[in-house]
Amino acid sequence: MTRGHLTRNLMRLAFLCIVASFVLAPMLATVLGGFKTNAEIRTNALGLPALWDTQFYGAIMSDPAFWRYLGNSLVISIGSVVLTLIVGAAAAYVFAQITFFGSRMLFSYVLLGLMFPFATAILPLFIKVRDIGLLDTYWAVILPQTAFSLSLAILLFRTFFAQLPKELFEAAYIDGCGYVRFFWRFTLPLSAPILATVGTFVFVQSWNNFLLPLVVLNSRDVFTWPLGMMQFRGEYVTQWNLTLAFVTLTILPAIVFFLAAQKYIVAGLTGGAVKG
Amino acid sequence: MTTAADRRMPASVRMRRALTNGRVTAVLIMLPPALILFTFFVMLPLGESAWFSFFNWNGYGAPSNFVGLENYDRILNHSVFHIAVGNTVKIVVISLIVQMPLAMLLALLIYKKTPTNAVFRLIFFLPYILAEVAAGLIWSFVFDGNYGVTASIAGGLGMGNVFILSDPDWAFAAIMTVIVWKYFGFHMMIYIAALQSVPQDQIEAARIEGARRLQVIRYVQIPAIKPAIVVSAFFAIIGALQVFDVIIPLTNGGPSNQTHTIVTYLYTFGLTRLNIGFGSAVGVILFVGAVTVALFYQRIFMKRAQG
Repeated sequence: MTRGHLTRNLMRLAFLCIVASFVLAPMLATVLGGFKTNAEIRTNALGLPALWDTQFYGAIMSDPAFWRYLGNSLVISIGSVVLTLIVGAAAAYVFAQITFFGSRMLFSYVLLGLMFPFATAILPLFIKVRDIGLLDTYWAVILPQTAFSLSLAILLFRTFFAQLPKELFEAAYIDGCGYVRFFWRFTLPLSAPILATVGTFVFVQSWNNFLLPLVVLNSRDVFTWPLGMMQFRGEYVTQWNLTLAFVTLTILPAIVFFLAAQKYIVAGLTGGAVKG
Repeated sequence: MTTAADRRMPASVRMRRALTNGRVTAVLIMLPPALILFTFFVMLPLGESAWFSFFNWNGYGAPSNFVGLENYDRILNHSVFHIAVGNTVKIVVISLIVQMPLAMLLALLIYKKTPTNAVFRLIFFLPYILAEVAAGLIWSFVFDGNYGVTASIAGGLGMGNVFILSDPDWAFAAIMTVIVWKYFGFHMMIYIAALQSVPQDQIEAARIEGARRLQVIRYVQIPAIKPAIVVSAFFAIIGALQVFDVIIPLTNGGPSNQTHTIVTYLYTFGLTRLNIGFGSAVGVILFVGAVTVALFYQRIFMKRAQG
């Protein structure tokens, strides 16, 4: 390696490290802040704590409300994933396998959902959820979330299903296997990669969703964690250490989940970001 | 589609099999759930938005106070709405002139598959996977002039209290910093994926002909990933139309309504005050904006970039 190469490579690394510290510093300050007293945060917000005080993290972890918020988010996210996968895959299977009068038109109709942001319909959605008596239930979040994920899910599923080998279906068909059974026995098991990608995408969207739960959930018993976190912040305005401990404990699982499912997340989020 | 096995059979047999092999059943069982959910929770509310927007309605009883286009008139003449639209435009501009070039620069520096690059890629993508509300809270701690990082730094430098988020001139700049911080990694990932699929021999051919590194980037790599740039700009624009979660923990639209975006405007003036008709009209305007952008963009860029 020549001298010019070396200098250039060092400059490259230096620049990358500067950007990385801009990215990491706020997160690091958040994690460390949870160990500091408020007086210390005020004078030393960025550095290591003088004393690693775990009582603030302990206070959050022993608060049943914290676990309830996470539990609610988990139930809602899993519900949305399961419903989107089943309902979306079933419809995509019909669109991929069976042509009937109007099927192409129906497919275009479903794709209309890709065109506009969720917020455009939020007010009528609130009225509708209220009028059918679902306010403050998990369904108030699960059903609209699923409905808004369906367009993208059906588009991705249909593309994938259409690429599965046709011979397989014909063989099963001659052996007397019908469409619905074929779907359960063969299509779904063969589609694990796309199911995982769409599932991860829906899960992350649901886990992080704020606007919809904010509008349709008013009771603290059903709050998801972003609502709980905002509530908590409102109650402890000046006690940053408690809020920071709360934030840290909620972003850690997200980071662990990301590291574990990295492949599907990057595919699902960059590929699926058509919805923004 | 009809399967090959089907086409070989006479029509009467085909008919009978269609009924017994469950083709009709499949259509009748597997399609309706998706269609019903989609219609009921997506298309119907969208249509209702348009309908409600002609009424002055608080959401109780049936909408009866028909006001025609008055809601639209009030929105379009509302100074706060002008600010909200202006802020949305600002986000688009910052995305195009700061965020995307930064993302491109980083992508060019780390697109090659090495262990160090993988670590940087991971770090830069990290903010994107955080919930927007969490990102907003983290940064509201950073900007807090009383108890947060800003207070600590200002104190260390011997300055008085600095309140960035309650300064009308600076609050939105702070918000745009957070947006760049949160989303540049996403754009970078799009570019990296595209750069990795540029054929290596094209780059080497240019090198052999004596092209310098910058020339290779300018004349080989960037033209090759143009479709990815077009797509990422599209995400930036559509994303700007939807900014909401980040604003709520940071400024909640204040100080004196300077930091609203279209969606926070809709939420603040439509939902929290139960002006369902007014808020629906904002929704319709947002819808028209999003669809216009999508259609125009597709017309102008997408086809040319792919063709």
